[in-house]
Amino acid sequence: MSFLVDSVIMFTSQVLFFGFGWLFFMRQLFKDYEVRQYIVQVVFSVTFAFSCTMFELIIFEILGALSTSSRYFHWKLNLYVILLVLIFVVPFYIGYFVVSNIRLLQRQKLLFACMVWFTFMYFFWKLGDPFPILSPKHGILSIEQLISRVGVIGVTLMALLSGFGAVNCPYTYMSYFLRNVTDSDILALERRLLQTMDMILSKKKRIAMTRRQMYQRGEDQNRQTGFWGMIKSVTSTQSGSENLSLIQQEVDALEELSRQLFLETVDLQATKERIEYSKTFQGKYFNVLGYFFSIYCVWKIFMATINIVFDRVGKTDPVTRGIEITVNYLGIQFDVKFWSQHISFILVGIIIVTSIRGLLITLTKFFYAISSNKSSNVIVLVLAQIMGMYFVSSVLLMRMSMPLEYRSIVTEVLGELQFNFYHRWFDVIFLVSALSSILFLYLAHKQSPEKHMAL
Amino acid sequence: MASLDRVKVLVLGDSGVGKSSLVHLLCQNQVLGNPSWTVGCSVDVRVQDYKEGTPEEKTYYIELWDVGGSIGSASSIKSTRAVFYNSVNGIMLVHDLTNKKSSQNLYRWSLEALNKDSSPTGVIVSNGDYDREQFAENPVPLLLIGTKFDQIPENKRNEVLTRTAFLSEDFNAEEINLDCTNPRYLAAGTSNAVKLSRFFDKVIEKRYFTRDPSQMPGFTDRKRFNFKSLHYD
Repeated sequence: MSFLVDSVIMFTSQVLFFGFGWLFFMRQLFKDYEVRQYIVQVVFSVTFAFSCTMFELIIFEILGALSTSSRYFHWKLNLYVILLVLIFVVPFYIGYFVVSNIRLLQRQKLLFACMVWFTFMYFFWKLGDPFPILSPKHGILSIEQLISRVGVIGVTLMALLSGFGAVNCPYTYMSYFLRNVTDSDILALERRLLQTMDMILSKKKRIAMTRRQMYQRGEDQNRQTGFWGMIKSVTSTQSGSENLSLIQQEVDALEELSRQLFLETVDLQATKERIEYSKTFQGKYFNVLGYFFSIYCVWKIFMATINIVFDRVGKTDPVTRGIEITVNYLGIQFDVKFWSQHISFILVGIIIVTSIRGLLITLTKFFYAISSNKSSNVIVLVLAQIMGMYFVSSVLLMRMSMPLEYRSIVTEVLGELQFNFYHRWFDVIFLVSALSSILFLYLAHKQSPEKHMAL
Repeated sequence: MASLDRVKVLVLGDSGVGKSSLVHLLCQNQVLGNPSWTVGCSVDVRVQDYKEGTPEEKTYYIELWDVGGSIGSASSIKSTRAVFYNSVNGIMLVHDLTNKKSSQNLYRWSLEALNKDSSPTGVIVSNGDYDREQFAENPVPLLLIGTKFDQIPENKRNEVLTRTAFLSEDFNAEEINLDCTNPRYLAAGTSNAVKLSRFFDKVIEKRYFTRDPSQMPGFTDRKRFNFKSLHYD
């Protein structure tokens, strides 16, 4: 009986998540495009729904809601479905839509999509070889094989995003890094852009006029028969077309210049808007936040280095450690079990909400930047894949943030994975990503003031 | 080769509707082989005979400014795009016949372009809402072009054509439906070619032959003399 009630609760919450994913798709991602292939929307919402259900199950685990056996059942069910979606459904559709964009392969769409999927599976399997993620007692088709590989990809993604985010966040928030842009800079650049367009236009006018004259003369030439007529037509058109190709080369160079000037102007306008924003109250608040985040970022990089150098993986989660410290050093006595449950619930809840929100915002920005009418379907599916893998590995890594008694269900459900490896791998990739982002941002920052000096 | 007078025509529309292919077809009389994203603005020139076949025939350069990007771009991109909208003499609004959203976005495109018109007789729009009456007295001639006509199945054609007819009424503009990869649609003598040259003639007339002095507010006296000498020719 209780199992039925629990299942109904789980099902309603899944429907709610599905609806939220659907709305997000319609209102945010696809608000400028027309949705033609509803299957894409369905797949995206399904991935989102099942990923969120996993987080919901963790929360239920901490709160002790629903009965243990039904929780375990739903964990397993959810895991199977999500693995099915991430490994079979989404890659197949990605292959299908990529193939339908290429004109040549229109005929045998299904066949080529299957071929793409098999290539994906091959590389996916090969991924597991260099990593010490499995113990030999697992069979070839066990669930642990799939999860471990999904986990590796997801953890890499998470670490890359965290590393970049940890560095980029203070860089964008703090106004210390804002370059000084005046209106006259922008006007000067715009003037150069329009001058370049005028130069392109005058050259194109010459080309068009020369072609028109050649065409008119060509008609007259065609009437001239005989040996000399042919020789004359060859020599005259040759000089004309040589001239044209020279001008055409100049036009190509100027067009490239105009594109660069356009992008620079966009950059300056964006910086000017950010400067204006930083003068507002909100901007000042974010500026202060940026200072805190930079301290947090430095601390995280430091901790990651220590973890790798000293080959240390934390055994206790932050909640229990925090409580231990308060009990031991501050001498405050309180019910450890009761408080640890609630505090870890809040902490895990905050982590979940911020990571979902952060991911959705990043996905939206990314989508706006790179999608077009043709590729929007493919990009959404790729984003769904990334989102699914990200959430699965969040669950994997979250194990560390939970007290021992709650970790057991995650360990039980996900099987005997080498969890320590994943944490080590996360630290390594995080460090690499953070350091390379610092280098990248430093170079980008250095380059732009020099560009303006040259004006 | 004397330098001819010119008019500036904007080509606006969502990304991917086929503006670059259209411009290439109009200016080079050839189909564009490898369309790619337009970054910023790409321009091309068409040599047009105004009032062809009559004694008043004169050749003009028509500059087609193909502005890239989507209507939902960041505000920094929109502010930069605005420099291309200065002193525009005509606008070609391009939409994809297989994509309804691109037709709906044309209202926003036209508002964006006309709002930036520096001339005092430009359309003044309050809080961005679209109002049909403003387009009735709009000084800038518009032309509506629907692309990818060949990709509409036969049974849907009527429905699509009714929809575009409403659109052209709203904009008070002529409409042309074609496929940019097939020059046959703009072959000489077709109704499409007639509408196109009528549009270009209208643009040239509005720019050079109108007697209303308020149509040319920002122009210097030099241009005024030019206009007078044309008249006395």
